[in-house]
Amino acid sequence: MRASLFITCYNDTLYPETGRAVVSLLERLGVELDFHPRQTCCGQMHANTGFRGEAYTQAKRFVRLYQGAETVVIPSSSCVAMIRDQYPTLFAELGNESLRNDFAALLPRVYELSEFLIDRLGVEDVGASFPHRVTYHASCHGLRALHLGDRPFRLLQKVRGLTHVPLANLDRCCGFGGTFSVKNAEVSSAMLAVKLQDVAATGAEYCTALDNSCLMHLGGAMHRQYVSMKTIHMAQILASTAACPAEATA
Amino acid sequence: MSQPAQTHPVLDPVFAPPFPQAALTVLRNPQLRKNVAHAIDVIQSKRAKLVAEKTDWQELRSSASATRAHTLENLDYYLELFESRCTAAGGQVHWAADAAEARQIILDLLRQENATEVIKIKTMTSAEIQLNPFLEKAGINAYETDLAEIILQLGDEEPSHIVVPALHINRSQVREIFARRMGLENLSDDPKDLTNAARTWLRGKFLSIPTAISGANFLIAETGSVAIVESEGNGRMCLTLPRALITLAGIEKVIPRFQDLEVMLQMLARSATGERMNPYTSLWTGVTPGDGPERFHIVLLDNGRSSILARPRERQTLKCIRCAACMNACPVYRQTGGHAYGSVYPGPIGAILTPQLIQMQHAQSLPYASSLCGACYEVCPVKINIPEVLLDLRAQVTDQERHDLGRFFDPMYIGLRIANLLFARAWLFHTAQFIGRIGLRVFTRKDGWIHSLPGIGAKWTQTRDLRGLPDQTFHGWWAARHKEAK
Repeated sequence: MRASLFITCYNDTLYPETGRAVVSLLERLGVELDFHPRQTCCGQMHANTGFRGEAYTQAKRFVRLYQGAETVVIPSSSCVAMIRDQYPTLFAELGNESLRNDFAALLPRVYELSEFLIDRLGVEDVGASFPHRVTYHASCHGLRALHLGDRPFRLLQKVRGLTHVPLANLDRCCGFGGTFSVKNAEVSSAMLAVKLQDVAATGAEYCTALDNSCLMHLGGAMHRQYVSMKTIHMAQILASTAACPAEATA
Repeated sequence: MSQPAQTHPVLDPVFAPPFPQAALTVLRNPQLRKNVAHAIDVIQSKRAKLVAEKTDWQELRSSASATRAHTLENLDYYLELFESRCTAAGGQVHWAADAAEARQIILDLLRQENATEVIKIKTMTSAEIQLNPFLEKAGINAYETDLAEIILQLGDEEPSHIVVPALHINRSQVREIFARRMGLENLSDDPKDLTNAARTWLRGKFLSIPTAISGANFLIAETGSVAIVESEGNGRMCLTLPRALITLAGIEKVIPRFQDLEVMLQMLARSATGERMNPYTSLWTGVTPGDGPERFHIVLLDNGRSSILARPRERQTLKCIRCAACMNACPVYRQTGGHAYGSVYPGPIGAILTPQLIQMQHAQSLPYASSLCGACYEVCPVKINIPEVLLDLRAQVTDQERHDLGRFFDPMYIGLRIANLLFARAWLFHTAQFIGRIGLRVFTRKDGWIHSLPGIGAKWTQTRDLRGLPDQTFHGWWAARHKEAK
């Protein structure tokens, strides 16, 4: 199987280890990977802040770059949600017929990482080993836009040595919300404080998620408040093996 | 215990401060935040239990949503049907294009009744048109009869929620307000005593004031009837004792058939208060000689609603049945309560309804008062896709503002404009990543983290750190790996 990676703007810049982990995980599972060096951003930041024309430019760019791909894998649930929920509106408003057709053909081949593993590859046990106590934060987009359901838990369950500590109020937002975290910094921080209480109460060593944006928010507060917990994208847990543990891939 | 004097929140979108600023006042009030979070958590857990016991909840949502959408598609037809049926049953229908017209119609009707006092059932629509202060200026005292509204009126407070408007006030604060305003120094904060105090106070009003004002939960086109749901029975008193009744309702409140109440009432009670059925459901059709009010007037209010109706994607805003499930589920509302929204309609529904009611002339900060987590859409009994409407409104705000000279220097606008240029050309984006990495080194401490940033970045670093930029980007790593392989 061939798949094209889309490593979105902030992952490329801030969290390259997540992209590297996806590569090592998927290659281990026998997937042949492609990466477009010209890829940049899905347009979510612009769309969510009201810059619809700019978001459209980036959305169109994504379709043009990836329309020939067999499948597209994206280790970021909010970017996938952007593509699924917002691209149709953008293209209906601003696009032409050919773009809409190309997008409609591409969309069913776009997968979030856990969807790709479970729905496309049909694996739950990816042969990972991560002997740590881990709590899972369900990002809002993964939970409510992509309806990932129990996919993340099924993947975590099969990781050797991993103990999953359930997080209270799993469906509550961490307060990131993209530019919301800056435009409404104080409210965002108040939401973050509430979330961090629940996360810290798990006593886990790691907090994981399928979206680095929430983890950047939570991790930033953990570091500020000396919470002895680390954030880690689930791709890095799934890439981790006894021979090559996550710390080494990071 | 006396409460410190608090600065009054402004619940008029024309004058209210922007959301982030108004929210600060609340965030600095720990008692209020505690009251709000506690009340919300109680309602939320009751709702969750009662929704879970309905195995066909999603089908009910679809049905309620379809009924509301169909009504809005054919609103002119159903409104005219309602008017003719209500008139035939002895009611008088008045049409008000805006708040000023509605206020004047109501004042004229009250003058016809020679009223100097009027009792009121809790109605958000009357708060929307700011009826009470207007009547007061005209020399007519309006007395609220809903327990929460009494607390607010006597305490000179503002509503912070559309179903439980005094949820930001706790028991001991209620005791203080009642003791002070009813002259009951020895009142305890036992809910039973507080209820008794309110009951005694209310009885006097019910028995002496022959004119009432109500809102409406539903207008039934087929029969010309009006439906009101409530918990206390005080509304029932207002609907049955007075000689004249004036109902104020938004034009979107109509539903086609009596039978539609079957679904609507189930959705409303479970979503609003976490009850299988609300305690009092009152239905009346025009007037019935010898039973209830002799004169019944209904004022149908537009006040910006038809302009919302005209926009196909935003139209769904008007499907709202005012259950408040969205604000109860909202993580933003849970922190800020209702006052920060600067409108009588707070929470997610307020964030989309308020700016649209005033044709996007004010309240431009409200569509941004959301992290777009989608909890509101998930619980909405009539499936209003609030995040979708928020995004539409954000686009409208940006289109309004983007040519303002002031916005040209706004760091958010500059940042997003530059980002757009970079994202369109990978080589520029990669150059910017490189420059950013070098530039941010100044701010990166030895532990590899950024603790403080200047300008707009300070908004992030006021409460969170940021890991310093790693030396190699993903695309850089991929390119290097590819070269090696070759």
